[in-house]
Amino acid sequence: MGIAVFYVAGAAAIGSAIAVVVQRNPFLAALSLILHLASLAALYLVLQGDFVAVAQLLVYAGAVMVMFLFVIAYLGDRADLDLRRGGIGTGAAALAGLAIFIETVVAVSDSDSVLGSPAKVADSFGSPQTIGRLFLTDHLLAFEAISLILLVGAIAGVVLGAGDLLPKGPSTGPEEREPRGERYDLRREVRRRELEAESEVGA
Amino acid sequence: MSPGIGSWIVLSSALFCVGLAGVLVRRNPLVILLSLEIMLNAGNLLLVAGSRYVGGNDGHVLALTVMAVAAAEVVVGLGLIVALARRGAALDVDELRSLHG
Repeated sequence: MGIAVFYVAGAAAIGSAIAVVVQRNPFLAALSLILHLASLAALYLVLQGDFVAVAQLLVYAGAVMVMFLFVIAYLGDRADLDLRRGGIGTGAAALAGLAIFIETVVAVSDSDSVLGSPAKVADSFGSPQTIGRLFLTDHLLAFEAISLILLVGAIAGVVLGAGDLLPKGPSTGPEEREPRGERYDLRREVRRRELEAESEVGA
Repeated sequence: MSPGIGSWIVLSSALFCVGLAGVLVRRNPLVILLSLEIMLNAGNLLLVAGSRYVGGNDGHVLALTVMAVAAAEVVVGLGLIVALARRGAALDVDELRSLHG
């Protein structure tokens, strides 16, 4: 059973990964990546990584990919771009990928004699309780670092996405604040410039 | 019953190489980000497989950490792409060479 799922889901993972790379339309590439992530979740289930599999589906195939699809939809035609045209770079890239793959295959050719079969593990292996306990005991630093990284990421998303709409500096007091009317004019000015830039791109 | 760990290593290195080729071959920053996700997930697969064969949950913890970092990375990458598009820059990594010197 495990071996059958390994081959089917593994083939699906490799096939959809290749589809992501060769697909010209970024929207279809993103959909292929969702298939790729789902087949990886099936592989995690073979490995009894139940919690990681569910997190993979919720976080990756759900949240992250929805963000990707939103951005692709927002960019519209501008997101379409051909494959890089042939040349030394493309050949070297394919060669580098192939060389690393062959090297790994040679290097692990007798690894089954070292770790041929899965370890004997308790039923709680990979359960949310076990992983949660590890996060709050042995790996507390990683847990706290994740929270900081996510906070910085959220701030970066706002600044990069709408930085020119944010107020320019900290307000120093009510008397130095710009009158309301002007502030609204500033926003309208930003919006107007944006529309201009977009119409230039369209033209 | 599941195959030996060599099969998992070969599978995850194949996925990693496909992602690597995608990053090197494509010009569209969106697809480069997608290929980066493939590479990160190949690493995650190997972490979970190693965890299963050695018998400990540390690999799962690290895989979840990688997922969180990847989510933050996607936010920053997509934010950069949207900011580029709003400034009217071409979405082509070969054109974006103003830092070239």
